[in-house]
Amino acid sequence: MNAINFPANQPPDRISASIVPKMTARNIDVFYGAKQAIRNVSIDFSREHVTAFIGPSGCGKSTILRCFNRMNDTIEGARVTGEIRLDGVDITSPALDVVQLRARVGMVFQKPNPFPKSIYENIAYGPRIHGLAASRADLDGVVESALRRAGLWDEVKDRLKDSGTTLSGGQQQRLCIARAIAVDPEVILMDEPCSALDPVATAKIEELIDDLRGRYAIVIVTHNMQQAARVSQRTAFFHNGAMVEYGETSMIFTNPVQARTKDYITGRYG
Amino acid sequence: MSPARPLLREPTDWSAAALRVRLARRHRSERLFRLAGLGALLLAGLFLAFLLFTIIRDGASGFRHSEVAVTVTFDPQSVRSGDYVGLMQRSARALPVAGDVVSEGAWVALREAVAADPALVGQTRTMWVPARSSIDLLAKGKFDLAQPALSRGVSDADVAAWRALAAAGRLRQGFNLDFLTGSASTSPELAGIWGAALGSLLTLAITIAIAFPVGVFAAIYLQEFAPRNRWTDLIEVSINNLAAVPSIIFGLLGLAVFLNFAGLPRSAPLVGGLTLALMTLPVIVIAARAAIGAVSPGVRDAALAVGASRLQTVFDHVLPQALPGILTGTIIGMARALGETAPLLLIGMRAFVADVPHGLAAPATVLPVQIFLWSDDAQRGFIEKTSAAIIVLLLVLVLLNSLAIVLRNHFERRA
Repeated sequence: MNAINFPANQPPDRISASIVPKMTARNIDVFYGAKQAIRNVSIDFSREHVTAFIGPSGCGKSTILRCFNRMNDTIEGARVTGEIRLDGVDITSPALDVVQLRARVGMVFQKPNPFPKSIYENIAYGPRIHGLAASRADLDGVVESALRRAGLWDEVKDRLKDSGTTLSGGQQQRLCIARAIAVDPEVILMDEPCSALDPVATAKIEELIDDLRGRYAIVIVTHNMQQAARVSQRTAFFHNGAMVEYGETSMIFTNPVQARTKDYITGRYG
Repeated sequence: MSPARPLLREPTDWSAAALRVRLARRHRSERLFRLAGLGALLLAGLFLAFLLFTIIRDGASGFRHSEVAVTVTFDPQSVRSGDYVGLMQRSARALPVAGDVVSEGAWVALREAVAADPALVGQTRTMWVPARSSIDLLAKGKFDLAQPALSRGVSDADVAAWRALAAAGRLRQGFNLDFLTGSASTSPELAGIWGAALGSLLTLAITIAIAFPVGVFAAIYLQEFAPRNRWTDLIEVSINNLAAVPSIIFGLLGLAVFLNFAGLPRSAPLVGGLTLALMTLPVIVIAARAAIGAVSPGVRDAALAVGASRLQTVFDHVLPQALPGILTGTIIGMARALGETAPLLLIGMRAFVADVPHGLAAPATVLPVQIFLWSDDAQRGFIEKTSAAIIVLLLVLVLLNSLAIVLRNHFERRA
């Protein structure tokens, strides 16, 4: 898997060569109809670190995130070219079973979107369709451990039969994270998971991300730079559909190489 | 930057006269709009009240009928030979009035009495049997007797017979069970609605069995799976157009396809149901597509992101949420099918069927067609039957709509 060579015009990337990559993307272009949303992006990320994608609105950071679990397939007119590998295996081929890919690469969305079913059913659905639990007791165990890992168990253990939509916004988002965890993925993609939440709920999610680090490869898209600085160890900065710079979070925020990165993090635009 | 332009405007004076005038105008137009809305509501309510009032006024008497007391001697000879018609005629002739006063079908009551109690044979009993229609109408006060005989619609002989019967205490009014349990008849006093109601039931059963699954699956495919291209656009436009096609066209289609091409039996609920299914299908497809399209995309994303296939996403998450809307649309389509007359006339369901339908391929008629046939009948007695049948049809419709609301609330609570 290390045989993949980086293209010559790769922007400053102090990371990809230095890590054991969980996922690798090479020369990704994404088109929505005739409009190009992503231009020639190549990036690796590892399991050890939380990777943050930052950039101004419309820069394509969510679009590139949705390439990693092929969610762009569901958008009419979207076309992705390039190569993406999970543990060295190409996931872009049409022959690949996206159902299995999405079990290995979970996703949490910007707006909390629990199923309008019970809290229990929200967690149990994924394990059930993938046949991860042999018995009812087994499934109960999966649900409990997912809720515990998402730090939600103590708050909901007495109301598992209540609808997931009765929870507060922050609880709903942690329920969505628990739902993603329940199918035991290897990667969790988070698309601005805190943008609809208040600061207290945001702090809880950030703690949770920190707890989950190392167990899952986590990629978080955020336009809150403080959040990127708090939760991530690696940060990629995107602008106009291209990756401008990718480095250790501390370096990106204190000593960026690119002028555009510097302008963005110092609030010149964005 | 042009220095001539001040950065700040003068502060707005909210108490200026012009602003107060604008405010008053805004309030006035709002009041006017509310009044107009209330007026529209009132007008609609008035029409409804008028409709219900006239139908109930004309139809309420259709649920009652007059009976004549006839003294019948159940002689063993007549009973053994099954000559109840003759027995009835002889007994009616013995009444102290001139002319026919009992219904042509009154003998059925004698046969039923003997069947229920064989010990009657050889005995003499007073039997209450249905009166003839003109006597019945006279008893209900449907004629203006102040008018001359020629223009009031009933002969002097009938009036005299009615007066004599009433004076002899041989006339009474009661609930007309025959109307609810009988079928079409040439005599208004014997005509009933059950045959047509059963015909409607069988027809609607076929309609829903075909239109609901086909419509919902077509909607799911179009909405969730079909690629967006010129062909699906064409199909969408066609479905929308089909929903607006006059129903009689579907009758012609049913006639051409089911009767002439497929050779299915005429006047049968099977063909009626198939024809109405064609008519209802686009309504269900459109309602189901709208309901499926209204399910929030977040739920689809969530299901896909935990690795559900598209089929699982649709059946586990999208469909349960869309079900209340789909059911509402389906019941509206069914209610329309229940009230439909024109296409059924073309496939022969306007035939006179004097018996309840014995199956899906047997001749039958349906409620609205029965109403149409009765309203078309020259006999005066069918006026009240027509309105009474409309009351039955409206009650069935109200029942169906209530069912829709109950089902929708049930599924909404579960979702």
